[in-house]
Amino acid sequence: MSIEAHGIRKNFGAYTALDGVDLNVPQGKLVALLGPSGSGKTTLLRIIAGLEFPDPGSGRVLFHGDDVTDLPAGKRKVGFVFQHYALFRHMSVFENVAFGLRVRRRRDRPSSAAIAERAHRLLELVQLDGLAGRYPSQLSGGERQRVALARALAVEPKVLLLDEPFGALDARVRKDLRRWLRRFHDEIQLTTIFVTHDQEEALEIADEVVIMNKAHVEQVGTPQEVYDKPASPFVYQFLGNVNVMRAPALVGANRRPGRTEGAPAEGQIYVRPHDIEVTPHDATGTGSSAIVRHIHAAGPHARLLLEQVQTREQVEVEISRSELADLGLQINDLVRFRLRQTHSFDEDYAI
Amino acid sequence: MASAIATTLSSRPSRVVLPRATRDSAWTRWLLTGIALAFLAFFLVLPLLVVFVQALEKGVGFYLATIREPETLAAIRLTLLTVAIVVPINVLFGVAAAWSIAKFRFSGKSLLTTLIDLPFAVSPVIAGLIYVLVFGAQGWFGNWLIDHHLQVIFAVPGIVLATTFVTFPFVARELIPLMQAQGSDEEFSALTLGANGWQTFWRVTLPNIRWGLFYGVILCNARAMGEFGAVSVVSGHIRGETNTMPLHVEILYNEYNIAGAFAVASLLALLALVTLVLKSIVEWRQIRAS
Repeated sequence: MSIEAHGIRKNFGAYTALDGVDLNVPQGKLVALLGPSGSGKTTLLRIIAGLEFPDPGSGRVLFHGDDVTDLPAGKRKVGFVFQHYALFRHMSVFENVAFGLRVRRRRDRPSSAAIAERAHRLLELVQLDGLAGRYPSQLSGGERQRVALARALAVEPKVLLLDEPFGALDARVRKDLRRWLRRFHDEIQLTTIFVTHDQEEALEIADEVVIMNKAHVEQVGTPQEVYDKPASPFVYQFLGNVNVMRAPALVGANRRPGRTEGAPAEGQIYVRPHDIEVTPHDATGTGSSAIVRHIHAAGPHARLLLEQVQTREQVEVEISRSELADLGLQINDLVRFRLRQTHSFDEDYAI
Repeated sequence: MASAIATTLSSRPSRVVLPRATRDSAWTRWLLTGIALAFLAFFLVLPLLVVFVQALEKGVGFYLATIREPETLAAIRLTLLTVAIVVPINVLFGVAAAWSIAKFRFSGKSLLTTLIDLPFAVSPVIAGLIYVLVFGAQGWFGNWLIDHHLQVIFAVPGIVLATTFVTFPFVARELIPLMQAQGSDEEFSALTLGANGWQTFWRVTLPNIRWGLFYGVILCNARAMGEFGAVSVVSGHIRGETNTMPLHVEILYNEYNIAGAFAVASLLALLALVTLVLKSIVEWRQIRAS
């Protein structure tokens, strides 16, 4: 089922959480709502779920073309997974999953045998069938998350909404579980929206990323699109490390022959640390001179902190460890660096 | 939460090696412990013993005879009736107040929270007087009540009103921090899963607060049975009709029926002991549950 939201506005007292937000999620897609805290992403998700309502008269929410703006959460057929799971702490895993079926009106309620069968099938689906009798407090974070997912799926939702689904897990489990979620989504093909503040997570598993900032949508696109063609300085900075440099400092110094794109005479330019090339400082080399101030070599890549000789601007650079070994760099060495790929935005576009 | 003030007289701290700087000399430790124990013995244990010793002074036969007196039985009945009305009312009010304070955003919330504490701040005598001034013969509704042959003051309704006022913070006070700590996500979950408000309350909220609620009920019950000041003002002390147990103790005592007074008092003291035991059990359950 597709999800659309048009012109959603939401104020909490004097605070504006959403200021005329539009969203369009096609059937069967896995979409990430990405943004810093306070950007309005969770409020938008809760409005789609029917747990909050947009300011009166401000906008509509449509499921598969039908207006559901005024429907309460229970009637929207959404599966919602909370950041902290919100499992019913006094019920076993099995009872948690069965809850949505047990509270149905008698004529819609399956028999106990059918409920038990469905609950066990769902627990199998999330690979937790052996834990049906446990209580939430006896489970690990990742297991709780999957119980919450099974519980949400038990009512056969048309849409799955996940609020920071991996936010409360440790780094390793996070990675496993997000890949699992991607495979799981491919299997069940349910239109899914998840909220996250982790750009890596969004870029890795989403079909489409909606980047939000300060109650607005900044950009919508595939992970590739938003990463390679950020629509605003905010998006550029939010999606990864970036060096913001004053352009005049670079004029004449960094451009390779025949390459003039991306470095205007005025304003600022944006460069990702891995888009900078470092070469030894010899007389024939091109690029600007800089002094190596810090070398951080633990991890998959080596990170260098350079200080430009002319402007004393600090530049962060990421190179492979083998490159670092080839260069044989020491702290306070003189090097040259060149920008491979840069971005610039109109100066009047405030961050 | 309540567990912070758990009664742990029985559980001795295990041997923990404290850093030297925070270790007091043996002399200081014994002195402080001794003062605390002497204080407890003198002000709590001794009076409690006196109650039972005095009650049984003239023998078990006299004790039972006192309790079986019609006026004593009437006082016990009235106290139980009052509790049977007041506790359910305060459970309803307490749950509703705690629910709205913990789960909704509304203006005037802090005012409501403060008002709930009012009975703790006001002398019970004032609480009784309020109702005399409102419902008494010279009060605001006095004439209207007389015209309709309704009696509130110097009758059971007045006793119930005064007791309700004095005891309404207990359940609410117990539940508010508990419900605030638990948040509303479980309720929201239930709603997205299709449960209606009633199902959400019975299947999710109530089981989550049951121990806190029970604890509040115990305290509310103990106070409702023992309330003296407010009830004394509105009761009129009519023997066999508007005398509750604490008032009856006073009457017997004033008549120099010391053994009789202590016999009835021992029933209230027993209630206190039962309350303490229940309270400890609930606290133990709460600690185990969390």
